[in-house]
Amino acid sequence: MHLAYPAVLAALLFCTGLYGVLARRNAILVLMSVELMLNAVNLNLVAFDVWLRDTLHAGQALTLFTVAIAAAEIGIGLSVVLLVYRNRGFADIDRLTDLADDDARARTGAPASVPAPAPAAERQTTGDAAA
Amino acid sequence: MTTPHAAVLAASSAPGFLSPTGVEVVFVLVGLVTLGAAVVAVTTRQLVHAAMWLVLALGGLAVEYLLLTAEFIAWVQVLIYVGSVVVLILFGLMLTKAPIGRSPDADSGNRPAALVAALAAAAALVALVVDAFRTAWIDLEEVQGSTEVTGEILFRHWVLPFEALSVLLLAALVGAVVLSRLRRAAAGDRPDRQGD
Repeated sequence: MHLAYPAVLAALLFCTGLYGVLARRNAILVLMSVELMLNAVNLNLVAFDVWLRDTLHAGQALTLFTVAIAAAEIGIGLSVVLLVYRNRGFADIDRLTDLADDDARARTGAPASVPAPAPAAERQTTGDAAA
Repeated sequence: MTTPHAAVLAASSAPGFLSPTGVEVVFVLVGLVTLGAAVVAVTTRQLVHAAMWLVLALGGLAVEYLLLTAEFIAWVQVLIYVGSVVVLILFGLMLTKAPIGRSPDADSGNRPAALVAALAAAAALVALVVDAFRTAWIDLEEVQGSTEVTGEILFRHWVLPFEALSVLLLAALVGAVVLSRLRRAAAGDRPDRQGD
């Protein structure tokens, strides 16, 4: 098999994931696109490992490590997204502008203080009371 | 490392692109399905459908691993990605009350810029990769990634990284549990909101 086939497929998958990361608004969809990018890298690792006939099979070992790290990443990432959703009532990453400069905030058109929906505000006070 | 020798050997014996082998035909067909599913997964407006298309893309990648004779990686792909990562994503979509059906605000405003960036990156990467590896040929006669080989290299040469990785995985899972439990302790003070 030509090495160009898996390499081109991996490049195209990576760019698909890149588009998803840049264009999606929901944080979970962004995480899905990150998974696509990681998988493109894995395909490259396996293809080059098979091509090089490495005696240590470093490419395949690294692929297994990447899969495990991706599993850890998706676990942590999803729990962070869930915490954001419970505290604010939304998981849209372009509305999470608390750390943005004021001029950047004005450029994106978001209000200075994002008004949280009612249940989220109630949850926020719940958290404050418990703290 | 026998890279230059292998590359020269492959360049001299590689068939052309116009006479593909059967494995190459299957690889390209499965690759088209994978790429199409990935494109739909990042463009569809139905969030749950996006996760389902992601299953198809990741499963197609598992078939590609099988075609590259890395069978253990293929089964790990099916087990970890299709089996658990997509299930986690579906749980996340449900817990954040993702709307069923079309959601008009699935994409943010910088979609044209993202499209331009992705197309530019794709053009540059594909041109570079095709130019660099036009003559490289993978010899698939000998299985490179059977379970026996993978287990041997993993537990003979890569034991220390493997163990370090299991500690990392444990730390990540404990972190996820801690992140999820904090809120439950906070909600426990208000029994009327406990079932939320």
